[in-house]
Amino acid sequence: MIRIVDRRFDSKNKSSVNRSRFIQRFKGQIKKAVADSIDRSGIRDLAEGKRIGIPGRDIAEPQFSTGAGGVREQVLPGNDRFTTGETFDRPSGQGGGRGSKASPDGEGMDDFVFTLTRDEFLDIFFEELALPNLLKRHLASITEFKRVRAGYSQTGVPTNINLVRTMRGAAGRRVAVGGPQRARLLELEAELARLLLGRGESDPEVKRVRLELLRLRARMAAVPFIDSFDLRYNNHVRVAQPTTQAVMFCLMDISGSMDEQKKNIAKRFFTLLYLFLIRTYEHIDVVFIRHHTVAEEVDEENFFHSRETGGTVVSSALKLMRKVIEQRYASGLWNIYGAQASDGDNWLEDSALCYDLLHEKILGLVQFYAYIEIAEDTPQNLWEEYEKVQSAHEGVFAMRRIKSVTDIYPVFHDLFKKRV
Amino acid sequence: MPRKKILPLPGGSEWSFEAIEAYDEAIGRIARNCGLECYPHQLEIISTEQMMDAYASIGMPVYYHHWSFGKQFLATESRYKRGSMGLAYEIVINSDPCIAYLMEENTLPMQALVIAHAAYGHNSFFKGNHLFKQWTSANAIIDYLVFARNFIADCEERHGQEAVERLLDSCHALMNLGVDRYKRAPRLSLQKEQARQREREEYLQAQVNEIWRTLPPQPGKDGAAEEKRFPKEPEENILYFIEKNAPLLEPWQREVIRIVRKIAQYFHPQRQTQVMNEGWASFWHYTLLNTLYDENRVSDGFMFEFLQSHTNVIYQPPYNSRWYSSINPYALGFSMWRDLRRICEQPTDEDREWFPEIAGSDWRATFQFAMHNFKDESFIAQYLSPRLMREFRFFTVVDDDASPKLRVGPIHDDQGYQTLRQRLSDQYNLGSREPNIQVWNMDLRGDRALTLRYFSYQRRPLQGDFTDVLGHVAHLWGFPVRLEEQTASGEINRLGEKG
Repeated sequence: MIRIVDRRFDSKNKSSVNRSRFIQRFKGQIKKAVADSIDRSGIRDLAEGKRIGIPGRDIAEPQFSTGAGGVREQVLPGNDRFTTGETFDRPSGQGGGRGSKASPDGEGMDDFVFTLTRDEFLDIFFEELALPNLLKRHLASITEFKRVRAGYSQTGVPTNINLVRTMRGAAGRRVAVGGPQRARLLELEAELARLLLGRGESDPEVKRVRLELLRLRARMAAVPFIDSFDLRYNNHVRVAQPTTQAVMFCLMDISGSMDEQKKNIAKRFFTLLYLFLIRTYEHIDVVFIRHHTVAEEVDEENFFHSRETGGTVVSSALKLMRKVIEQRYASGLWNIYGAQASDGDNWLEDSALCYDLLHEKILGLVQFYAYIEIAEDTPQNLWEEYEKVQSAHEGVFAMRRIKSVTDIYPVFHDLFKKRV
Repeated sequence: MPRKKILPLPGGSEWSFEAIEAYDEAIGRIARNCGLECYPHQLEIISTEQMMDAYASIGMPVYYHHWSFGKQFLATESRYKRGSMGLAYEIVINSDPCIAYLMEENTLPMQALVIAHAAYGHNSFFKGNHLFKQWTSANAIIDYLVFARNFIADCEERHGQEAVERLLDSCHALMNLGVDRYKRAPRLSLQKEQARQREREEYLQAQVNEIWRTLPPQPGKDGAAEEKRFPKEPEENILYFIEKNAPLLEPWQREVIRIVRKIAQYFHPQRQTQVMNEGWASFWHYTLLNTLYDENRVSDGFMFEFLQSHTNVIYQPPYNSRWYSSINPYALGFSMWRDLRRICEQPTDEDREWFPEIAGSDWRATFQFAMHNFKDESFIAQYLSPRLMREFRFFTVVDDDASPKLRVGPIHDDQGYQTLRQRLSDQYNLGSREPNIQVWNMDLRGDRALTLRYFSYQRRPLQGDFTDVLGHVAHLWGFPVRLEEQTASGEINRLGEKG
């Protein structure tokens, strides 16, 4: 009589329409909050959902209500000291747990705080941005095929026999073919037992039944346990597999002139690029190459938090990058992105070498290469050489100068904005 | 009569469908013995996400789409994930059959608590209380919501999502002023709604056209007629007024306004009976589960877990606690129903003096009467006993912005009981809690402006964002909207104008 309905497996996201409408409607505010929040977080922790807050007043749903003032009589529980007629001062700064207060985690109470999923977050953040040269390599790279299971077939090689399916088919066939005979067999056995109660073995009736039983058993035995008809083979088909992997090279100068602040700017830039790439590619490798006069490949921790002194030879990093590509990412299945950050210092004779390396050996392999120079003073010879590279490789190579942290987002935006 | 042997109910904390069924059966039997009359009910097992979905749409299983529900969802999700809020473990829908949600994360004792609380407590209240009987149609609400959702989705298709969204924004701003407090709304039903909708569209448009007729006035008939106000009597249901009289609205817009209005009306009784309703449900879950325990059908462990959540729910922090936000309707309601039973069963001299007609009466009959015929405001005015006022240590603080200090009004003593009770009852009077704003006039001959009048009470001003709301009214009305304030002394002040 009682009805219990299990709704757990019904659609979960009943609110997703409402949710996306909310995001749509307050895109402006949310975008700003997203841009703010990226300034405050490090590489990779942005890969998850993100809590953001937008000003509560913007999204208020006003209704008529009465404000403070006039005469108010309020009944409160828990009287511990008051008697009728007594007067006392208005509590200043609001005690008793009422009034507005800042929440412990630093967001103002007036902010409307919520969590965006990773996808929502990145969609908003990278709206109007596009990866350059994505399409070209994407189409060109459908070169790999994957064998995937595609049901069962009646033909195939013995190694592909699917035992379960085969035996199930055989069992079914045996039941189907042997069924009527089995029924007849039971019937005859019952008849024989009945006959034997009254008559002897020599009775013609008994003989007839025995004979028929014999024939029946022989026919049943002739139904094969397994027939070639039953065989089932796993079927496979080849499916073209678009490459959805990328490798991102982070090249950074760690010579003495790159201080913590500059590194921090570089880190933000790398973070943005990483986030941008994970929207497009299923799998991303990140290769960190740091250099002063020599280059080495390191992990993320060492990349950002170590400091060397001495001069700068940028070409060493480019050489290493070229070597790593050849060794590990040469298959043509990788979309390769390069991002280089430096303060523009380089050993004078080396800059021309950098030009050659990029021009001849690297830019032909990569999808896109971005160079950012974190410096305030006038550009030096590396910048000049790179300008030559840029004019030779329009669309693959881009370079910008960044002065302070606040420039990062505009510069990034500028680098990757959709070109129509 | 041979007594059926009573077996213990399933123990442990893991629930199963069989266990829930067993509990429901056992609780239902006791509820029927206690004379609770309920709609048939349906228990639905849902997950946390689904509970949050339900929150976002005020618990309704079907609802139209709007960004504000998305906002609600995000807010709930964010608070829940941060751990600053547990999800209420029950949502129950006033429909026939009554739908109660059980969350899959709940333990078995919690499920039993929810069943007793929602499926029997709230359910019987929905069925019995006069406000619900009079103002809501439990058997038609789901149908109506289906109709509403389809209609609004259809409008979005025809007129664009943005137009519909803006219209709904404006309607939502006036939702609380879209209820009839005194007239009974006609019954809702899907078929009728659909059948009549077209007819109504045409009729309404014709009505509006009549009001706004621009034929020149007939000679000899002007003069006194010009001075007449329209509407003749102020209209409290602003959405209703706009739906029927706004000159520029298209038929589909009138229908959307109507939908919001109807839904507001459906929820209105819940807002009027919070203390009674929650108290009633809490009283019954407490009574029903205790009876199970008395019958030895549940273990001590079960009771411990149940009592722990129960005491959390009905806890009332004192005014100076950091947990205090307002009077907890569960606490007040539960205590009042318990106290009412005590007055019936073990009246003191004080009770005999205060409640001569019910002291010593049959508690079940008294309960039925009280549950059927009251709302929060009158329930408190009628049944709050001095003893309870002492227990809660209620006191009044008068905050008059004309005087430099706060003054303590009536407290829980002999002189204070009557007025204290009256004050508390006032506090639950929606009429004094919400500003009283009515349609005062519309300018038929001039700029077609609509004038709303705020009748101020206790010199309380309107919250500063009223101009935003006026903007919404103007959006619906299509012409300027003015807001005036009428003070207690009869003075009229212009507060603002939009449009």
